[in-house]
Amino acid sequence: MNNEGVIGTQTDVGHVHAAHHDHDGDHHHHHETFISKYIFSMDHKMIAKQFLITGMVWAIIGGLMSVLFRMQLGYPGESFPILETLLGKWAKGGTITPEAYYALVTTHGTVLVFFVLTAGLSGTFANFLIPLQIGARDMASPFMNMLSYWFFFAAGVVMLSSIFVETGPFSGGWTAYPPLSALGSASPGSKTGMDLWLISMALFVVSSLLGGLNYIATILNMRTKGMSMTRLPLTIWALFFTAILGVLSFPVLLSGFILLIFDRNFGTSFYLSDIFIQGVGALPNEGGSAILYQHLFWFLGHPEVYIIILPAMGIVSEVMSTNARKPIFGYMAMLGSLFAIAVLAFVVWAHHMFVSGLNPFLGSFFVLLTLLIAVPSAIKVFNWLTTLWRGNLRFTAGMLYSIGFVSMFISGGLTGIFLGNSALDIHLHDTYFIIAHFHIVMGVAGIFGMYAGIYHWFPKMFGRYLNNTLSYIHFWVTLAGAYLIFWPMHYEGLAGMPRRYYDYSNWESFKQFVGLNQFITIVAIIVFATQLLFLFNFFYSMYKGRKVTSQNPWGSNTLEWTTPINPGHGNWVGEIPEVHRWAYDYGKDGHDYISQTTPVGADESRH
Amino acid sequence: MWVALGSIVMMFAGLTSAYVVKRNQSNWLEFDLPIVFWYSTAAILASSLSIYLAGQAFNAREMRRYRLLMSVTVVLGLVFTALQLVGFSHIGENGIKLIGTNSNPAASFLAVLTGVHILHVLGGVVALVIMYIRAYTAKQKTYSSISLEIVSTYWHFVDVLWIYLFIFFHVVQV
Repeated sequence: MNNEGVIGTQTDVGHVHAAHHDHDGDHHHHHETFISKYIFSMDHKMIAKQFLITGMVWAIIGGLMSVLFRMQLGYPGESFPILETLLGKWAKGGTITPEAYYALVTTHGTVLVFFVLTAGLSGTFANFLIPLQIGARDMASPFMNMLSYWFFFAAGVVMLSSIFVETGPFSGGWTAYPPLSALGSASPGSKTGMDLWLISMALFVVSSLLGGLNYIATILNMRTKGMSMTRLPLTIWALFFTAILGVLSFPVLLSGFILLIFDRNFGTSFYLSDIFIQGVGALPNEGGSAILYQHLFWFLGHPEVYIIILPAMGIVSEVMSTNARKPIFGYMAMLGSLFAIAVLAFVVWAHHMFVSGLNPFLGSFFVLLTLLIAVPSAIKVFNWLTTLWRGNLRFTAGMLYSIGFVSMFISGGLTGIFLGNSALDIHLHDTYFIIAHFHIVMGVAGIFGMYAGIYHWFPKMFGRYLNNTLSYIHFWVTLAGAYLIFWPMHYEGLAGMPRRYYDYSNWESFKQFVGLNQFITIVAIIVFATQLLFLFNFFYSMYKGRKVTSQNPWGSNTLEWTTPINPGHGNWVGEIPEVHRWAYDYGKDGHDYISQTTPVGADESRH
Repeated sequence: MWVALGSIVMMFAGLTSAYVVKRNQSNWLEFDLPIVFWYSTAAILASSLSIYLAGQAFNAREMRRYRLLMSVTVVLGLVFTALQLVGFSHIGENGIKLIGTNSNPAASFLAVLTGVHILHVLGGVVALVIMYIRAYTAKQKTYSSISLEIVSTYWHFVDVLWIYLFIFFHVVQV
């Protein structure tokens, strides 16, 4: 709650603080069994760890899938016995079948976009950071929070089970465009696999709505005394806008799915018209429009991109300011640009559809709105660079990943300006240029934000440090690898190489890229192996890592570092601290850092 | 709660805008809405009134009147649902298939929009029934009207949502 007025009247705040020490908050240490502590937990910190570890499992599954289909792309037609061991009938003789290739590509996309970069990223850090950084004991509704995780878990189980059905998982691309997704007879993956895909995604929508409502309610209602909205760390602001985007856009996706379910199961024709399927014949469905689905899908789909990138931006702002020992440059500009991105996210969806038959005049509006996003993005990049400028940089692993994030965001953002033009898009759409663009700006940048967060808050999560040497190896290989994988794809895309093809080697125009494709595949395998190194580091350090001995190892201002090293349920022993200043007083008046709980001195002005 | 309502609004906004887009394309079947929908509209409007009066009664501590009005609301909610289904069957009798082969998207949209709305009404009915049971079985008297206020906000919301859909169907049909 906003208690600015109250603070203004309190002259002797330090005294009030001292009085708090007689409470020891024992009533929060209630008895916990193994099940209530680790499985059906209602503690936001445990739920965050559940999201994180589930997200990591999905990242490994999704990443492994990309390695498998890269094998086919780099070495088309060649036989790898290991593939038959792994995939069974989907890779007879060690070569991935076309059906399996499309299933792998589709599941890779769905899993990484939704399960890893949405649930794994904002699920983890929203749950972990919101109560800790705003000064709350837990979420507004811990029960809803628990439900949110278990709906996500159920979505994951259903998605996983679709891999094992006889006709295979859905294989029509992660966007699930009809008619391919609406007609079971269209492809093997569109049979049971697609039903399971839809169920899984519906459960996921429920999970993210429950989570999002909770995040919004918590941020608005449960801030500690003195924590006005403009004193919130930027992480919280970013997670706040993320939650709003999710709550407003996921229902639209759900309505698109409802219509798709009706088309699949109840014979309606929302998306279907005049279709002839080989072996089945002409279908009776008339009057539907496949473009309709694209509108509904991308009305979620575009905000979804910002649902992924905003939390990463927030984490990067926080980690960067802490490790540059400087206030974040332009706090209000950062906030304003987050807001601008959140608003623009809803009015640019049709730039995914420039070549779908959209009216070209309508397209020009979407070009303008899309290019407008470059403005807040540029403001953010400028502010990150000026935060680094003449800072006293500490190159912790979290800091390296934050800088890596900015690098990725610049490289991927610039190609976004190419693609936002509807004229250029005629040439570039559905080529490897697109693949390169969104993997760098959304995929790799999102993952970098996630790594920055994990490396920075690991000591708070588990009370131990990650191994530094392994972290550095992980960072440099991942950074170099990400560029080596995706940079060459820009050239392939400009040459017109289309995405989603099974084999380019028997195509005269793209034969020249055989060597390049092999190179990309080899780098992808190396980068994937390095992620396993990170996993080892993560789980080893969780139990055997160097112990954290000081409450505030990074010298950070925010509230989570005022809790005990291993905070129990309820976070603070005794009273929740009161906040007196913004989160970014680094290097001020000769002090290295001034915690948010320190009262404003007589010689300071108020923030 | 308001945020949750916002999210439901977005879902219906998505569906109705899809409806508008689709309507301007070819092969759109025009048909009249069944008369029953007028009665169902009256029923849900009456239920909004009764839950409003129930809230008044609750605040005035007239628990008997409160219980009566709550049960009226529940019954009206169920009547509304039943009338909607009757409306569907009338459309079917006029030879227009809502779903299944040879159905027209115009009718299917009506089915999906009202169907999803019915689900929301039934969700409200469940909440009302819980309130109702609580009103009878509560061991200690509660004077907090928060849960009643939330349920009643939601109920007015689904009411307004239906009015919106009803007007929407009429306006775009003409």
